[in-house]
Amino acid sequence: MKRNDSIKIAGIAGYLLFLILSFACGFNPGKEIGHNFLSFSIDMLKLLPCAFILIGLFEVWVKRETVERHFGEESGIRGYIWALLLGGTTVGGLYVSFPVAYSLYGKGAKLGIILTYIGASGICRVPMAIFETSFMGIKFTIIRLMVSIPLVILTSIALGDYLVKRSYKPVKGK
Amino acid sequence: MYYLYIATGFALLLSFIVNREKTFKAIKIAVRRFVTILPAFLGMLILVSIVLFLIPDKIILNYLGKNNIFIGVFFASLFGSITLMPGFIAFPLCGILLKKGALYIVLSAFSTTLMMVGVLTYPIEKEYFGVRLTILRNIMSLFIAFVVALMTGIFFREIF
Repeated sequence: MKRNDSIKIAGIAGYLLFLILSFACGFNPGKEIGHNFLSFSIDMLKLLPCAFILIGLFEVWVKRETVERHFGEESGIRGYIWALLLGGTTVGGLYVSFPVAYSLYGKGAKLGIILTYIGASGICRVPMAIFETSFMGIKFTIIRLMVSIPLVILTSIALGDYLVKRSYKPVKGK
Repeated sequence: MYYLYIATGFALLLSFIVNREKTFKAIKIAVRRFVTILPAFLGMLILVSIVLFLIPDKIILNYLGKNNIFIGVFFASLFGSITLMPGFIAFPLCGILLKKGALYIVLSAFSTTLMMVGVLTYPIEKEYFGVRLTILRNIMSLFIAFVVALMTGIFFREIF
């Protein structure tokens, strides 16, 4: 076992011990942290199994050539449009889009398009944008999308090209 | 939320009918990947639970409701970057702030950083894409959030 791993395990054990002690002694800040932990864990457990099953199905059914054609080097501007659409319909947010993005990248999608997808899954999820307009007004949402979408695409292309030039390799074996 | 379950169930069923072995393989991949990334998720959840305790809604209301643009945008980006909350909590919160007189430019900085900059998702992002990409992407996102906030401020005539 690596030293790094032992530190992580010690940290997690310490955290859990702190929560258990807090609940046992009625230490309120600790109890509140415990409640936060639980409610977020439950929220994620509602989403993640579905997300990973869909990723699994994607891995076995979708051919590498298909991904390359739509999201790869040769896809041109359509690749970015696909990335926006896919990002806009991703449920959950960044933490769901990372494993999806990783799968797409593994099947030959271009890095700039992957980054566009991650950005889009943050800013332009359709259900969220609709919800947003009811609180902030349509003008707010439109300005936000009109400004952020082009910027996301441009910075993604720039960052993707930069990293590829620097012979970027993602973390392997996940 | 429910349509995700329906879609997943339907996809799984369809896959099972067409090819049973491939479906089992898919489930195996799903389980393996889920288990591999679980420690990173646990790390994120621990960070989230502590940060939300340290920065509760009350503090966010307090700092973002102030009418000074610079202080507002600064704290909005800070809170937006280091907290994590789903849209169905974030936007009602923004709605309350708006009624209390918070500026659109401040709320724009808050909601955009909240959606794009993920300090708490760092453990997950770096597991998949490495430290360098993670840091650069987050810096870029912060920059985008500033531009979006600036434009929002201009269009709502809050600045210039």
